[in-house]
Amino acid sequence: MAVMKKKGNKGLPAISTASLPDVIFMILFFFMVSTTMRDQEVLVRFKLPEASEVQKLEKKNLVSYINIGQPTPSMQAKYGTATQIQLNDSYKTAKDIGDFIAAERDQLNEADRSQMTVCIKSDQFTKMGMITDVKQELRRANALKISYAATKSLGY
Amino acid sequence: MAGNKRKVQEINAGSMADIAFLLLIFFLVATTMNTDTGLVRVLPPMPPEDVKLEDIKVKDRNVLLVFVSPGGNIMVGDEEMQIQGVKDKTKEFILNPMEAENLPEKKETELELPDGSKWVYPVSEGVVSLQTTRDTNYDVYIMVQNELTRAFNEVRDEVAMSKFGAKFSELPEEQRNVITKAVPLKVSEAEPRKANKK
Repeated sequence: MAVMKKKGNKGLPAISTASLPDVIFMILFFFMVSTTMRDQEVLVRFKLPEASEVQKLEKKNLVSYINIGQPTPSMQAKYGTATQIQLNDSYKTAKDIGDFIAAERDQLNEADRSQMTVCIKSDQFTKMGMITDVKQELRRANALKISYAATKSLGY
Repeated sequence: MAGNKRKVQEINAGSMADIAFLLLIFFLVATTMNTDTGLVRVLPPMPPEDVKLEDIKVKDRNVLLVFVSPGGNIMVGDEEMQIQGVKDKTKEFILNPMEAENLPEKKETELELPDGSKWVYPVSEGVVSLQTTRDTNYDVYIMVQNELTRAFNEVRDEVAMSKFGAKFSELPEEQRNVITKAVPLKVSEAEPRKANKK
């Protein structure tokens, strides 16, 4: 096979590879635009409820996340299986939401503060009592724009 | 070697595109593009301490009570119903097509159109009050919220269709704002009721 190679006699004309970097960049940009970076480790396990009328959250930098659900299996040894609220990278209680919102708000520009949205990502089997506590704290902290995270489905 | 015309043999790059596509398809399958989606709501501001809740009175006909029990049963108005019926009931409540006495009042409101002209539309005074207990599951709550949103969206679509000849989502932003004022999303999420009450 390789032994049969003749020097100086090319069967195929060389194909220009000049556009290959472009292709690679195109793919790179595609993924930079379409996928999202995970900016915090999720410490709770949740399966979001489904809804058909969901809206996309625009302006990612104005969104703060509150995760509610059972601790992940690796954390269950320490925290048990009771539903927890995750703010930033640790489990907190509803009482800490005021401080959390204040800290998040401080990071934003003065002009953007009114646009701040809080995204509540909660497991579908969470009891409403907990959600209501969170909502009351948000009202107290004057973070009124909220979004109940849900995955898109066709309804019913 | 030194006597060769070419120093480096050119690599056949014809299959490079295939490799790139292979990679592309691999990533398309293996990664998720989870953009965050959700039901957007605006919470009411906390009332000042000195204002009693009883001071804020709304006429009975202007309120549609939606109650979700701990077991996930839904009550709209005075009747229990399946989730499929919630949307139509809410739509009827918002639109009040027959000007019924027990459905919300409408208030003729002058709205300013993007082109500068005025448009008088009877804006419904109705408020949907969504109540739950502390033991209600979140997914039932979201399901009901979704149906309420759907009712409002459909009404908006209908109004947008008759006024501007296009669906709400297809309108430019200024016209959307007008429709939003004509059909405001009024869902009040009160604090949960005690399960034993009633």
